[in-house]
Amino acid sequence: MDATGFDAWALTLAVFLPAVGALVMMAVPRARELELKMIALGASLATLAVGVYLLFAFDYGNAGTLQFGVHKGWIDAINADYILGLDGLSLPLLILSMVIIPLCVIYSWEHIPEPGNAKALLILMLILASGMNGTFVAQDLILFFVFFEVVLLPMYFMIGVWGGENRRYASLKFFLFTLFGSALMIVSFVALYFVATNDAGAALNTFNMSELAAAAGGDLARGTQAIIFAGLFMGFGIKVPMFPFHTWLPDAHTEAPTVGSVILAAILLKLGTYGFVRIALPFLPEGAAAWAPWIGLLAVIGIIYGALGCLAQTDMKRLIAFSSVAHMGFVMLGIATLTPIGINAAVFGMVAHGIITGMLFFLAGSVKERYHTLEISRLGGLLKSAPRMGWILAISAMASLGLPGLAGFWGEFPAILSAYEPGAGLSEGLFRTYMVIAAVGTVFAAGYLLWLFQRSAFGEPKPEWEGHTIADVNRYEWAAWTPLIIAMVLFGWVPGLIFGMVDDVSIGIAESISAAVGGS
Amino acid sequence: MDWILENAFLIPLIPAVSFLVILLGGRSVIGAERVHKVGITAVGIVWVLSMLAAVSWITRVEDSTSYKSDDAEHAQIAVNEGLSAASAGGLDGELHLAAEDDGHGADGGGYATTEPVISEVDGWWSSSGVDFAVGTLVDGQTVLLLIVVTSISLLVHIYSSEYVKGDRRFVHYYAFLSLFTASMLFFVMAQNLVQMIVGWELVGVCSFALIGHWWEERPNTDAALKAFLTNRVGDIGLLVGVIILFGTFETFSIDEINTKIGLASQGSGPHPEHFALLMASIALMAAVCSKSGQFPLHTWLPDAMAGPTPVSALIHAATMVVAGVFMIGRLYPVFFEGFSIGTSSINLMAFIGGFTALIGAGLAFAQWDIKKVLAYSTVSQLGYMVMALGVGAWTAAMFHLFTHAFFKACLFLGAGSVSHAAHHTFDMREMGGLRKHMPHTYKTFVISTLALAGVFPFAGFWSKDEILLGAYEGQEGAGSFLFLGQYPLMLIFGCVVALMTAAYMTRVIWYTFWGEYRGHGHPHESPKVMTVPLWILAVMAVVAGAFNLPTPVLEWAGLEGLAHLVQTYAEPTHYLNAIGLSHPPPSFWLALVGLGLALAGIAITFMYFWRNAGPHGLTERNRYAKAGYTFLEQKYYLDHLYTDIVVGSIKRPIARAANWFNDNVIDKVVNTAGEGARDSGRWIYRWIDQGTIDNTVNALGTGADSGGQGLRVMQTGKVQNYGSLLFGTAAVVAIVFVIVL
Repeated sequence: MDATGFDAWALTLAVFLPAVGALVMMAVPRARELELKMIALGASLATLAVGVYLLFAFDYGNAGTLQFGVHKGWIDAINADYILGLDGLSLPLLILSMVIIPLCVIYSWEHIPEPGNAKALLILMLILASGMNGTFVAQDLILFFVFFEVVLLPMYFMIGVWGGENRRYASLKFFLFTLFGSALMIVSFVALYFVATNDAGAALNTFNMSELAAAAGGDLARGTQAIIFAGLFMGFGIKVPMFPFHTWLPDAHTEAPTVGSVILAAILLKLGTYGFVRIALPFLPEGAAAWAPWIGLLAVIGIIYGALGCLAQTDMKRLIAFSSVAHMGFVMLGIATLTPIGINAAVFGMVAHGIITGMLFFLAGSVKERYHTLEISRLGGLLKSAPRMGWILAISAMASLGLPGLAGFWGEFPAILSAYEPGAGLSEGLFRTYMVIAAVGTVFAAGYLLWLFQRSAFGEPKPEWEGHTIADVNRYEWAAWTPLIIAMVLFGWVPGLIFGMVDDVSIGIAESISAAVGGS
Repeated sequence: MDWILENAFLIPLIPAVSFLVILLGGRSVIGAERVHKVGITAVGIVWVLSMLAAVSWITRVEDSTSYKSDDAEHAQIAVNEGLSAASAGGLDGELHLAAEDDGHGADGGGYATTEPVISEVDGWWSSSGVDFAVGTLVDGQTVLLLIVVTSISLLVHIYSSEYVKGDRRFVHYYAFLSLFTASMLFFVMAQNLVQMIVGWELVGVCSFALIGHWWEERPNTDAALKAFLTNRVGDIGLLVGVIILFGTFETFSIDEINTKIGLASQGSGPHPEHFALLMASIALMAAVCSKSGQFPLHTWLPDAMAGPTPVSALIHAATMVVAGVFMIGRLYPVFFEGFSIGTSSINLMAFIGGFTALIGAGLAFAQWDIKKVLAYSTVSQLGYMVMALGVGAWTAAMFHLFTHAFFKACLFLGAGSVSHAAHHTFDMREMGGLRKHMPHTYKTFVISTLALAGVFPFAGFWSKDEILLGAYEGQEGAGSFLFLGQYPLMLIFGCVVALMTAAYMTRVIWYTFWGEYRGHGHPHESPKVMTVPLWILAVMAVVAGAFNLPTPVLEWAGLEGLAHLVQTYAEPTHYLNAIGLSHPPPSFWLALVGLGLALAGIAITFMYFWRNAGPHGLTERNRYAKAGYTFLEQKYYLDHLYTDIVVGSIKRPIARAANWFNDNVIDKVVNTAGEGARDSGRWIYRWIDQGTIDNTVNALGTGADSGGQGLRVMQTGKVQNYGSLLFGTAAVVAIVFVIVL
């Protein structure tokens, strides 16, 4: 599977180009802001260029196997290797990450939040990019873990330094909460190393993810799998975040600076769901089958509960943050069904949520910048004060509520569909109940989003803004937002773009799960 | 000849392009005052294409009818059909032949079946290795709706150029009219259920945008939200219903689903589980209830009148609201089997339809807003159509959809014309005597009222009669209750509603056009650009009934060939013959009863208003009458139930309780854990590490310190510390794991 020529370097470049950019920036003095911005933009665009190359060079007929593989020794003492690889599951998420970062850099051009220091903010963004890209292509558990953790610190600082009034609490909560999950996750990784066996019962003693996936739990007992799965569940579930581990999210989002929220919502949350699909399900099929009803339950609770949380919010940004809990509920419901269509829906949902909620957070940031508040009751008449921004909010809200013709629908509908017939011998009655609850959740989603839109964009502007000019979308915002809006519409009408990439992987995972569960 | 049928995607594409052109170039390139020309041109082209499609389709039906008798042509058409079947991709040619060879017109093999024209592209999306196609399905039912949608849309586009002139959002108005037209056309030619959902939701968004067209005012946006959210409630049913159908048939293709049910009911295919069909039918009924304004989800439709009046005519009377009716017709085999329409004497669909017709008509009496009368009338008439489908009268429902579109659009545009003239009011108490001031509006309004009331020979008479006939005769071989036919309750509902309809519409005529003018200013007739569309619609309100005349009416003139045009050309015989749908023979007596009821309704109201007879002021004098009136005035209190009780409790107490729970229970656990860890770290540090053991157990102290005072570690940013700690802990726990397992 090891690639040759440029292909062998492509993924390494994709991962480390942003980090190189960050290193270069460190050498440039803080005062030369424009150069710093150019370097950051250049590095992120160069990374994106690699992504475009990958998109074209990717063999879609073989989307189920790892491509552009690299396999080198790394830490021999613990048998951890430097293994990268890209398949149809990683590809859409990697590209999403590669697209979001330059957009954030562009958006930051004139939006460096208090207390300033563009250099530090941009460097953190590039480090984040490396961590996120690495997570999506790492094929060794230790390497995956390192990348998974690398993103923590930059985000911690981003919230802690550039955040709102309550930033200390929020950043610490974010850090400790995720760290708590990570600690349990690494325990499971180590346990996998020691106890995972092949079908013959021989210990594998490897962190190589494709080998672990191929073993599919080997002859591990269902109980053992379930215990190890629990550790992974905590690690990934907190990141997603799943009810009831979601409370770090609204705080982190509310306090984070705009680009922080965007990156957090668009990509960081996906590390969790990606982990489920990439690691938890294929490595421990029976553990997954044992946990699936509970994951499904937490997912549908999250859908309704997140929506109710949204309805109770008075702050626009916090409302959008809560909506992530609901949306990720759909993603997790798809995963919990252990079916190809559910996993497809989950991946589509991840990308769609990344685009749409990222866009909504951009909007919230720009609204905050203009009104200096996100208190919904003080907003109003956005369509009148800044019509274009109002329109973009309308499209994004419609996409977020799952309107067909826009991207959000294709994460939601197939996820609900997949619950009709769950895989791996899961209870049909139970999942059909989940299906109906999830379908009810779509009404709630429409409720809180349209209510938000009505209160913030319809009507006349509030008297307190008389005399203020509310600037409409400026050119940096256009540059940062246009690709997202195009993506919303494009994926809404041509969903095959993503389903085509993911399907092979989903089929593989679902088959290996049903084989393992059926075989025991 | 079939070119347009195979490339039907062009029909929605043209207004979609028009939408983009108007939206993006409306103000800058085209000029705000000229955008209507773009819209009118686009819809004009689409209208011509739709007419071409109609001609092509009729030719196709003729061909397939002669194919029975003519062997030489048989071969040719078989080839053609083979091609279209092949282009349908994955459709088993044998299935079609089986259905055709049965030649199973329940009327006694009167005509052969005509296959729909399906064009599709694979790979729209895929899952589990299955490709899902996107494409168009064109048959008689689609063509019928193409004609209705494009005709009304074109007239509304023209009418609006005057009515909405000078509006603050003229450009957006026309952009959304185009988008709506595109979405609706996309919907009616949906090849599969997912596409149907897409079209279904898109028309809903356009409706939302146009109801809230004047979004500065709170009531308008409230109405828009109500419409969208009520429809979302119904959409739960749509999603679930589609999912159940997919689970049962493992396909989204409408053609395959219908065909499979048809084969099963002929005994030549596996039977789908009846329970699944029943559940799917019930779920889809919920969607019909919201979209087509059926009880108990009809409450959004009268509020939707907050939008501009031409929008009410197009979207909330003639086209979008019939989407539910269309969907039932499209998936009729599912409902027919699911609700056992052929053999039952009452079923959910028939009851909901009949009941809606009744309560809608009741509410129409208690309205002072002319548009609301018409809105409730629409609710009631949609109920009629659903009831027709519920009793097995497919043709009658679609025929009524067709005629109703014209006369109801005419009534709405007439109401718009009245308001345009009389100081922008819709309150009938501020009208009166307008017949003298606006003769064209008056005449067209009266013609359409007669059509709606079902007076011979206007359009509504013919279609309403067929519905009553359908309820009475039902399906061949089904039982009959006393002298009331297969669906006795539906027949009674239908008759009562016929009487009420005539009465409340006569009331409107009285308050609006008779008596003395009670408003401000000087009312005047609307300009030609508004009255000409009115007259075109009025002419249709007279003659539309001719499209499905019963044979006896035409026999004496020797024109039998022109009988039952809708039945012959619009019915998807390919699906409906297979489930054995029959057509009742016409009944002179029933027609007379229907006409009598309509005339009686008019006569009673005439006596009441014009002759001042009857119990005037009864609602003031009589307690019970007053209570009844209040009950109607309050719209059966359904709005209170939904808005105040259901939505109110979710929005306020329930959502707030959830949020309180979030902040004070779940988050409390998190914070307490964090604080506890910090405190215990401090305690250990102070009492054990520093106080007791001090230097001897440094390692332990560091561990506790890091665990509790993570804050400090992180703020120093020492990744190595953190990493080593983590790996250390992990190693320890992992060892425990290995030992335990």
